[in-house]
Amino acid sequence: MTAVVLGPVVLAANAVDTFVQTFFRGAALGSLYALLALSFVLIFKATQTVNFAEGAMALAGTWFLSMVFVDWDVPGRWLGGPTWLHWCLAVVLAAGMTAAIGLVVERLTIRPLIGQPHFTMAMVTLGLEVVITIIAVDAVHLTPRVLAVPWGTDSFRIGGAIVAWSYLAAIVMAGAAFLWTWRFFKTRAGVAMRATAFDQEAALAQGINVGRVFAISWGVGAAIAALSGIFASMAPWGPSGVASRDGAFFVFRALPAVVLGGLDSVVGALVGGLIIGFAEVFAGQYLADHASILGYGYQQVVPYVVMLIGLLIRPYGMFGTEEVRRV
Amino acid sequence: MLEVANLEVVYNEVALVLRGLSIEVPDGQIVALLGANGSGKTTTTRAITGLLDVHEGKVTKGTVTFDGQRIDDMEPSAIVRSGITQVMEGRRVFAELTVDENLITGGITNSNRAAIAEAHDRVMTMFPVLADRRKSVAGYLSGGEQQMLAIGRALMVDPKLLILDEPSLGLAPKLVAQIRDIIVEINRAGTSVLLIEQNANMALSIADYGYIMETGKVVMDGEAAKLLKDEDVQEFYLGLHGAEGERKSFRDVKHYKRRKRWLS
Repeated sequence: MTAVVLGPVVLAANAVDTFVQTFFRGAALGSLYALLALSFVLIFKATQTVNFAEGAMALAGTWFLSMVFVDWDVPGRWLGGPTWLHWCLAVVLAAGMTAAIGLVVERLTIRPLIGQPHFTMAMVTLGLEVVITIIAVDAVHLTPRVLAVPWGTDSFRIGGAIVAWSYLAAIVMAGAAFLWTWRFFKTRAGVAMRATAFDQEAALAQGINVGRVFAISWGVGAAIAALSGIFASMAPWGPSGVASRDGAFFVFRALPAVVLGGLDSVVGALVGGLIIGFAEVFAGQYLADHASILGYGYQQVVPYVVMLIGLLIRPYGMFGTEEVRRV
Repeated sequence: MLEVANLEVVYNEVALVLRGLSIEVPDGQIVALLGANGSGKTTTTRAITGLLDVHEGKVTKGTVTFDGQRIDDMEPSAIVRSGITQVMEGRRVFAELTVDENLITGGITNSNRAAIAEAHDRVMTMFPVLADRRKSVAGYLSGGEQQMLAIGRALMVDPKLLILDEPSLGLAPKLVAQIRDIIVEINRAGTSVLLIEQNANMALSIADYGYIMETGKVVMDGEAAKLLKDEDVQEFYLGLHGAEGERKSFRDVKHYKRRKRWLS
């Protein structure tokens, strides 16, 4: 996975086509931010931990996908059928393996610290980030790896606008993840999770197994981090769909989206992610004429500017809980 | 049925809150536990339901047994499964969840769908106000409705023992009367009740037996009817002042008398 390099300004034949192209780029980048934000939010809501190991989990996801699909040829070695189907199954498998990492991390490092200051937990996850990344890079000799994305760098046309398949894939993936989350929150396990997030002691009093809620949220959070890592490594963002360590930093670019939307709101993750994504891409496209004043690469600063303005208006994020809960 | 024997609870390893508390809730009865602020009533509930951990509290001496089984070292979820549920002080409904979802959390330890549906119907019949507002977010309910939701939530697993911690807190007298009738109805259906209250009048009017706590232990206990007639209880909890009915100001009461030591 490599850092998202925002391409130079892409001009189509006419203004409308340019807008359509830019719109899809913005929506796709916003979807990736939203996915990452969702992962942050799920983990924060349940365990009040800002998971700084998110980048390592995203990296692990891409790495697992590369291992599973490219190196081991799973499930292709047992299954017939089209390659893209194998690839999708491999993605699910990679997400599952990352979820397992999330479960282990939660059980070993987070659960013993429940009730400790948030800062302590955040430090632990930051340490995990470093450890997992180093293990991945040094012990496992992680050189940039091919992800073998089925659609590669292909794109399709809407009128005169050229849209990469990866953009559509990112949007569909984010849509599916949010839809799934929304459905999940209506199930018994989901209701238990929301109840625990709202009032842990009252949840305990109902007989909710709070430890299991923590485990589920870390597992799901890690899986979503893996998915966002995989989809963020695709062609238009990563040069040719490869996994490498500097991609872990991409995750931190989603932080403005999380903060803007509110750390404890799923809706906030979606809205915040899309706003930041659109702002970044549209600013890159339409303010390019002023690059001499704004400076090269100014669009990467835009998310933080938007976040800052957002925080000035709503210090808890757009959908965040306002009151600090009494313990 | 429930037996708390010589219970001693310490918070943060220094604050001794319960000092040898012993109470008993016999099968099918309503038992009232009365006491002023800070006397350890809520700590007693926590000790029984396994919630001391959350507050850095620990049982250092004594036992809690339920149906002959020691429960003072059990997980909260295991205690709920054994048949004890509670209505926490201050209602503590999940304000962001709907009424139905709050009830789902109440039945979370029961995986039998049919039993949950049946319990849900029972709660809806008992509280028609909730039936009208099943899909609305619990935070928008009135205080009385929230209290009913909290009670309904605790009834979702058909408990053998229901513990209510100050159910009358912050409710209008009319609603207090309604809650009182509900408690009686629940008890009639076969659930034992441990009623923790500051509203002594309400509690003793429906209880079979009563305990009065002060600074972490029981200072007086007896049949509820007897406690209601007791002169000290009348003076300190019911606000009645002697037979002649004259008004008495606490200013006139001698200092040593204000800090009442109970002799029973």
